[in-house]
This record gives sequence, structure tokens and C-alpha cells, in this order.
Amino acid sequence: MIKVLKPGFYSSIQDFGRFNCQQYGVPYSGVMDRYSAGLANVILGNAPDLAVIEMTVLGLTLQFECNTFICITGADISPKINNENIQQNKPVEINKGDVLSFGRLKKGVRGYLAVLGGILSEEVLGSRSMYKGVTEQSVLLKNDYIKIDVNNLFSIKKNSLIKVKIDNFKGNVLEVFKGPEFDLLTPEQQSVLMSSKYTISKNNSRMAYQFEESFENNLEPIITSPVLPGTVQLTPSGQLIVLMRDCQTTGGYPRVLQLKESSINCLSQKFTGDKMQFKMLEY
Amino acid sequence: MTYNLAYKPYGERAILIEWPQEINENILRDVLDFKSKIEKLCLKQILEIKQSYCSLLVVYGFVLKNYDLEVSTINKIYNTEIEAIEQNFRQWIIPVCYDDAFGIDLSELSLEKNMSKSEIIDLHSAVVYTTYFVGFLPGFLYLGGLDGKLHTPRKSTPRLQIEKGAVAIGGNQTGIYPMASPGGWNVIGNTPVSLFDVNKKSPCFVAPGDRIKFKPISINEYHDIKVLIDAGVYQMESEVISD
Repeated sequence: MIKVLKPGFYSSIQDFGRFNCQQYGVPYSGVMDRYSAGLANVILGNAPDLAVIEMTVLGLTLQFECNTFICITGADISPKINNENIQQNKPVEINKGDVLSFGRLKKGVRGYLAVLGGILSEEVLGSRSMYKGVTEQSVLLKNDYIKIDVNNLFSIKKNSLIKVKIDNFKGNVLEVFKGPEFDLLTPEQQSVLMSSKYTISKNNSRMAYQFEESFENNLEPIITSPVLPGTVQLTPSGQLIVLMRDCQTTGGYPRVLQLKESSINCLSQKFTGDKMQFKMLEY
Repeated sequence: MTYNLAYKPYGERAILIEWPQEINENILRDVLDFKSKIEKLCLKQILEIKQSYCSLLVVYGFVLKNYDLEVSTINKIYNTEIEAIEQNFRQWIIPVCYDDAFGIDLSELSLEKNMSKSEIIDLHSAVVYTTYFVGFLPGFLYLGGLDGKLHTPRKSTPRLQIEKGAVAIGGNQTGIYPMASPGGWNVIGNTPVSLFDVNKKSPCFVAPGDRIKFKPISINEYHDIKVLIDAGVYQMESEVISD
């Protein structure tokens, strides 16, 4: 078991998401940055999609009640074991009683903590990803106990260290494909859309990221139709909304662009005020 | 009847199939028919098929290398007659208490529309609604068929919380809030029935194509049914409908 001493700002348990439940109106959910979360798992020898803890901006404080190995990836929130700094992207041995805490945010937004064997919280509809209305809790709370695997402390390659794609943190380009309604924009609008820079507004969450700049358009709403994480919607008032992992299953705004999977990961590490630009990829 | 379908790539790993963009039951039937045909052939590379009024989104488990080939594979399925695809649609009777205790916007609606509350309730509960799909919130049914006299714009300021089970009208739609949620619809009643339950094998008992009829109940019946539901012994009224 792991005990939550301080839950941080928005920490939740996530795996790669809940599939085959869209028909009931249930969002996919899952880790925002699959690259970083998958990396944490793989470094420990786990399958990439096992459940991890996702932290947002602020780290949490945890106490381990058993021996295990952990790996921390994603945002650098100055992780510490018993107040001693530890390295990210590397397996770290944990002894019973150790306290994991975090300090100052140095880069990125979302940090990941993987545990050997994965987090073993309760599965709901085939996934451990927390989501309001589906799982009992939508975030971790103080004094929660998190179940982990204690039986498999076999050979861990303690020195495996992986070079991390730095683009997720430094790059500001979102690679996109045309969305189904892109061609309804005039050629002028298309070129403005693709050449402008956009600032992430304070409305950014696991559900969607909005941009501050508005984009003048005359597109009509569409008849409610499926959407996916990474879909960029354009509202009549000109708001650009990038849907993220917790997005609704369907939507009624024109879908002008669709982010490449890796760009969803990239955007997940961006925050209010960051400037982004789109780059069109060909189908 | 077959329609002229439009196929569009949707990101790296999905194909959007569009019917003529209108809301009607013939299109819904064809959408559901095509969806079950694709599922029947269970192409294992397909992760999930998402459905709404007049579109399907076929989501693959990997990046599509050859979009045109996948489209032609799917389109062949559309044009193939597959035997014995039975669509078993059901009609569900959903008990609704329209008492003022739940129908918090009913008085205002009655004034605005110059109709008595019982006229509104009669109109709302007389229709057999068609379920187009489930979306917006887990277990939220997109229902077609609301009487034109009951069309009511959404409230200019949404409420911060609408109760679970609230039966409401927004624009030309009526629906049930499956869980407490902020919302701008006009609340006219409440059902004790849960539209979303993660402990059930099928978390939402209503499927696209199913019909819904609301049955007015008193506040006493509401509480009686609630007791049965909480005890896990309430039997929903339903019947299979055939074309």
C-alpha cells in the first residue's frame, strides 16, 4: 500500500483509458501524456499502459508501506525521497516507510509516478482511470491508501536510464491533420488558422484546452457528431477548443483540426500563457 | 434503402462516415444497421465504433497506413447484405414525477406557454421518444420526438447543479440528467430510475434505437419506486418492439 500524505493540486490514478464505453457516453480518460507515462512504466519493465499516478503542477507526498521500485517521468517537479533529491527517468528503489515528496516545478505540467507492477486500484468498466461519475473518486485525497503489487520485486535493471524526447517540453508546434469541417473554412481563413500563434488560456484541464485568441468565422454548428481527444473545435464566437483525454464523446461544434497523438502528449505538458502554433500534416 | 455515404479521414487512426446531415429515424436505422454489420464481421483492428445521429466514427487501434484501402473494405460491408442481423429494439416505460417538488421550472413554463401544468405533462408523457445515441454525460440519452409546443430555449444562465434524474427540456430536445451536473435545461420532473450504473454489465440499459415513454407518477409512487430501486428489486417496464 501507498498512503497519500498530501494530495497535491490535481493528482489522479490513470491508465491508458476506458475503451468500448463511448456508447454509454463515458469519456476515454487516461493519462494526458502517454509518452511520459508509458516511459515510466517501461523503465520499470511494466507494460506501458499500466495505471500510474498523474500529478499536475504540484507534486504529492506519499508514504510507502512496503518495498518496491518506482520511476518518475514527465514534468520535473524536483522529486525527493526522504528529502533527498532523486533522478527522474530511472528506477528508484523504495524501502518500507520511505516518503516521496516533490519540490519546485522546473519544467512541464504533468508528472507521472509508476510503481513496479502498476497501481492496483479498483477497475471500473475495464479501466482504473479516475473520472467523476464513473469511479468513486476523481482525484486522490489525503489519507487515501493506494494498492500496489508487493509480490514481484524481482530483477530490475537498476541502471536503465532513457534519453527523453525533450520536444514535449520545449517545442511549441502542434502537428495536426485536417478535421472533417476544415474545408468549410475559406482559403484565407485556413491560412490564418495555420499561421497564427495561439496562447493557452487559463481554461485548460484534462477535458479541454482553450486558446485566448479568437478566430473569426462563419461556420454553422454541426449536427452533434463524434469527437476524439485531440479534436480542435471552433465555436461560433471564434473560440478554438482542443479536446483532451476527458472530453465528451460527441460535440456540436465544427471540428477544424485533429492533433496527432504525439501532439496531445506535447500539449499536456503546456500551461496557461504558453504560445502554440499548428503545423499541418498530410494524410 | 442505401444512402450516399461520405468517408473522411479523422486524424491518424479513425475514419468518419457521414450520412446526409439530418435527424430522422430512417437514417438512424441505417447508421445502426451499418454499425452492427461492421461489428458482426469484427474486424479486429477496429478498436471502437462511435455513433451519433447521422455519423459513425470507426476508431482503429493503430495508425492507418492505407486509408483508401480501409475505406474500400468498410464500404464493401455497407453494400453487402448480411443475413440475420437482428436489431432488437425495446420500448422502456420510465416513471417520472412531475410534482412541483421536482419540476422546478414547470410553473414558469406554464406561464410562458399559456398552458396548464397538466397540459404540459400530458404532451410530454404522450410521445414515444426515439433514442438516437448516448452522449454528453455517461447515460445521457439523445431523444427525438419532443412535441413542438414544448420546445423551450435553454435558460440564459445555467444552474450550477441539476439533480440526478431530472427530466428537462432544452431547445427542441428533452432528456434525463443521469447524474448531478451543471445545466441550462428547464427542469419539469424527476425519475427515480438510474440511467447510468457502473455496476451493471451494461451501464446504461437504454440503447440507440430504443423507444422511451414517460409515465407520470405521484410523489408517493416516486418514493415507493425509489425504495424498490435501492433494494435492487425494481423491474423496469419494457417490451421488445418489432418493425
